[in-house]
Amino acid sequence: MLRPQGPAAESSFDLMKLSITIMIVVLLIVFSIAAYVLVRFRRKPDQREMPEQVEGSFKLEVLWTVIPLILVVVLAVPTVKAVFAAGNDHSNDKNAIKVKVTGHQYWWEFQYTDYGVTTAQDLVIPAGKDIAFELSTKDVLHSFWVPSLSGKMDTNPDGTTNRFSFSAPNEGVYRGKCAELCGPSHGFMEFKVKSVSEAEFEKWVNSMKSPAVLPEDPALAEKFKSQCLTCHAMGDMPDMSSAPNLTGIGSRESVAGILLNDDTGVDGAPVLENLKTWLHDTQGVKPGNKMPDPKKDMNLSDEEIDGIAEFLAGYTLD
Amino acid sequence: MAQAAQSLNPSPPLRHDHSVKRHTGLMDWITTVDHKKIAILYLWAGGLFFGIGGLEAILIRIQLIKPMNTFLDAQTFNELITMHGTTMIFLGVMPVIFALMNAVIPLQIGARDVAFPFLNALGFWTFLFGGVLLNLSWIMGGAPDAGWTSYTPLSTTQYSGTHGVDFYTIGLQIAGLGTLIGGINFLATIITMRAPGMSFMRMPMFVWASFITSAIILFAFPAITVGLVLLTFDRILEANFFDTSAGGNSVLWQHIFWIFGHPEVYILILPAFGIISEVIPTFARKRLFGYSSMVFATILIAFLGFMVWAHHMFTTGLGPVANALFSVSTMLIAVPTGIKIFNWLFTMWGGQVRFTTPNLFAVGFIPTFTMGGVTGVMLASAPADFQFHDTYFVVAHFHYVIVGGLVLGLFAGLHYWWPKMFGRMLNETLGKWTFWTFIIGFHLTFFVQHFLGLMGMQRRVFTYLPNQQFDLLNLISTIGAGLMGVGMLIFLTNIFLTSRKPADAPDDPWEDGRTLEWTISSPPPEYNFKQTPLVRGLDAFWKEKTSGHKTMTPAEPVGPIHMPSATILPFLMSVGIFIAGLGFMFSRDDFGNAFMGFMFNNYLVTAIGLVITFGSMLLRSLYDDHGWHIGPEELEGR
Amino acid sequence: MTTAHAEGAAGNLPHEPEKATLEGRNKVLAFWLFLGGESVLFGTLFATFLALRNQTNEGPSANELFHLPLVAAATFLLLVSSLTSVFAIQAMHRGKVAVLRNWLLVTVFLGLCFLVLEIYEFSVYVRHEEFGMTTSAFSSAFYTLVGFHGAHVAFGILWISVLIGQLARKGLTVVTAPKIYVSAMYWHFIDVVWVFIFTVVYLLGKVG
Repeated sequence: MLRPQGPAAESSFDLMKLSITIMIVVLLIVFSIAAYVLVRFRRKPDQREMPEQVEGSFKLEVLWTVIPLILVVVLAVPTVKAVFAAGNDHSNDKNAIKVKVTGHQYWWEFQYTDYGVTTAQDLVIPAGKDIAFELSTKDVLHSFWVPSLSGKMDTNPDGTTNRFSFSAPNEGVYRGKCAELCGPSHGFMEFKVKSVSEAEFEKWVNSMKSPAVLPEDPALAEKFKSQCLTCHAMGDMPDMSSAPNLTGIGSRESVAGILLNDDTGVDGAPVLENLKTWLHDTQGVKPGNKMPDPKKDMNLSDEEIDGIAEFLAGYTLD
Repeated sequence: MAQAAQSLNPSPPLRHDHSVKRHTGLMDWITTVDHKKIAILYLWAGGLFFGIGGLEAILIRIQLIKPMNTFLDAQTFNELITMHGTTMIFLGVMPVIFALMNAVIPLQIGARDVAFPFLNALGFWTFLFGGVLLNLSWIMGGAPDAGWTSYTPLSTTQYSGTHGVDFYTIGLQIAGLGTLIGGINFLATIITMRAPGMSFMRMPMFVWASFITSAIILFAFPAITVGLVLLTFDRILEANFFDTSAGGNSVLWQHIFWIFGHPEVYILILPAFGIISEVIPTFARKRLFGYSSMVFATILIAFLGFMVWAHHMFTTGLGPVANALFSVSTMLIAVPTGIKIFNWLFTMWGGQVRFTTPNLFAVGFIPTFTMGGVTGVMLASAPADFQFHDTYFVVAHFHYVIVGGLVLGLFAGLHYWWPKMFGRMLNETLGKWTFWTFIIGFHLTFFVQHFLGLMGMQRRVFTYLPNQQFDLLNLISTIGAGLMGVGMLIFLTNIFLTSRKPADAPDDPWEDGRTLEWTISSPPPEYNFKQTPLVRGLDAFWKEKTSGHKTMTPAEPVGPIHMPSATILPFLMSVGIFIAGLGFMFSRDDFGNAFMGFMFNNYLVTAIGLVITFGSMLLRSLYDDHGWHIGPEELEGR
Repeated sequence: MTTAHAEGAAGNLPHEPEKATLEGRNKVLAFWLFLGGESVLFGTLFATFLALRNQTNEGPSANELFHLPLVAAATFLLLVSSLTSVFAIQAMHRGKVAVLRNWLLVTVFLGLCFLVLEIYEFSVYVRHEEFGMTTSAFSSAFYTLVGFHGAHVAFGILWISVLIGQLARKGLTVVTAPKIYVSAMYWHFIDVVWVFIFTVVYLLGKVG
């Protein structure tokens, strides 16, 4: 939020800078008067006479009413302008990419309504384009926040859905968070925004639509279908949005939003390791999450879990 | 009371002279209707809850000391933050405010008690039982876990399955009833019980602040009463107010909560303004600068406080028009607040400032609160708030206002009025240690949190991932919290040591007292004023002092003083409400025990509780309290 | 002290006995303040109702549900009871205890009739229209708002009944007079609230 990477974040940042400047001036005035008074008007040991009992000063009162009023106006005018600018949600903009964001305890679902593509945790967007978001939740309130790209907006239940918009002019990966208390794993409800070139975006959309693949081992494939795909969707399967879409999970930035994938191991761990960590102890990684435990609830053996982790790690988008 | 006796009949027959038994020990405390004793009850009860809330804060900070800490689990952490906020606001600082209001206001307006001593006791006991009920949640199946704001749907039974939130709704409902009663009582007291000559514009600023605070309580608390009723009905009677699937609206809760919640902030801070406006003139030996504009600013703040609630909801999606309006109205509050700060500074200008412990806290309040104020204006700018909202920047802001503002103010007030309440001066050396450890600890804890927020740390996270540059700042913050805890311990030590010393505080222990409470003994006799004083100006006592008088001019001859009788009914009524609340909360539970099930599921427990409460009300109505009199002989004998 | 004095002066009360003592004046003032708080309470309930009144969740809507004649009768009863409580206070000011008691009895009786009609109305909704607390957001808001008012009426009936008893035992004194006076204030207040309920809930429900 201090390093804005998009126009929406810059608008907020400009107001922050303006208000901080005004406020530092105010603080300096108050602090220096206070310091002067406290040093200059200490009671000396030999002081016996009574200080003059001043009733007040109309001029001074007017002074410190009018000056703050002026400062408030200085801040209020750009604020109101920016509020109305932020009100443009690009929902009727033909060139904007429409994304329906749905908050779940504790993961994010992204539906690209114009492309018929659904994904989770990684929001892939073309750099420079306006993205028109429609925000809602399937359960409790969440708040959709990418600090370096824009301010946040709550995801409310149906009937009070919100719209807003931002864009990311630069390519890169940005951290997103949930900013409204939503249960035990509220702090772990992170996601990533991947801003890519337009060509790359088109490529990504197409590969998301390719048919689902299954583990090669038929027994494992059967287990995977009966245990995992009852909730999760992949590739061209219909997505009931009951669990995160798994298409191309091997090439995502993270597992479960918080186990960062990094083959060098510096800022996380390789994706396979993360998948194993997750599948062997989902409640340990994300307390209170709604996924049944693979071992206890789905009766999968350690080997089967590892097999599924390996399959998922290898399920990448070309 | 005595004024009334006089206006009707100068010498009523003293049939009730000492006909009432004076209780001792525990019974004295349970049955007292004396505002000074109720003040002490409020102080101990509020202090106890403040301690609990403080311990919760320390646990929270230990959990956040490093990334991915496993000291607490996520669920416990959410319960702790919920209870920390709820406890501190409703059960910690508000009772201490009421303690000071009770201890000081009747004395400052020259009255012998509040307008409704019985209601005063009732207010205290309902608050206490509400607070106890809320805290019982820790041992009765889990504390509330949806944040002190309890946003729906997280706080509905679907997502918060324990009874935690029921404890929250019903506990706060009962405690809130006590607050409302207290508010009405102080409004009536200040309107009708002022000594002769004390016009509204001669009232001490603390009385003014309490008056406005009570008015805000009166108009804000019923909103949360309704909000809590709706949430209770949703949870226990399966109503659909906030259930979107049945047509309800979850955003409605946010509106109701904040229509109460924002005025609540001013309920908290205005009394602190009042305390500071008493302490600073006393120790600058100068009258309050710009008294009338201070009064005006207080009223304006209260008024504006009711029309800014949606600035807590800028990211809820209210649309640009609402956001713009609420942005601007919020910023406007800076103006009257600024007036107050400059008036305090100019009160000291040209004065002779003495750095006693109360004044240290008051002087420390000014820059600290100003910092909380300016971040408030920054938050008021909606587009900037899209970023600030629900981050540690907000956490830093409201702790600067509530701790740096209110709690410093309360410390100032407690050290200032302690000799008047208990007859003993707190130790000044320990007091100064309290001040320095507390305020340094405070700034260490919360100053860095501004930057945590700016760097993107959301509030209410039970832990955070490494490599976000949060680690060092969180460590500093936790160390600061520890230091604040040390400050509290020094304060408690000071209280303990002081309580073992003889009660020998003089009437005017600070020597420069300006108001009526310093004209009578410390602690005051149960009737406060042997003769009601005649008030001849603002700072009534100071005025007499400068005219060369040592005491106030009495407004009446010495005569018998009518006193209200002690009674246990307020206590019983609160017990009844407590039982009814518990009964209602568990009315849908399966106990696996025929008797318990019969009692709870048929609302019998609720009924028993209500019978106790309404029965006590009936007794109160049927048997008139004639009170009793203290005769002139006894008054002169003292 | 006041009672001691008042007992001696029975039958010789001031014109406004409710305001003869400081306690009495305090009581009346505090009750005005209390009614201020109550207004916010009902205001919030009304706001909630207005926000949710069209959310019928496939249950009955206001238009299908309400039978205006019944509600109009209830309204009439309550309005008249407000008038009779004015008569009661006028009698009190004239010092006519028996007249005061009779008007209070009439007020309580009318209040009871209102309450019976309301309970009948609710029972019809629950039994025949399948319209309960849990039906929809509209139903929850309806029962809570109207029910809160009904509970206020019930409390008022009990309260005034107790006061009638006290009047019989203690007579009209500077202690009982303020109680009767504030109970009348309370009764007028719930009457005013009902006028709003009749307009906002019932009339608007039939029209809007």
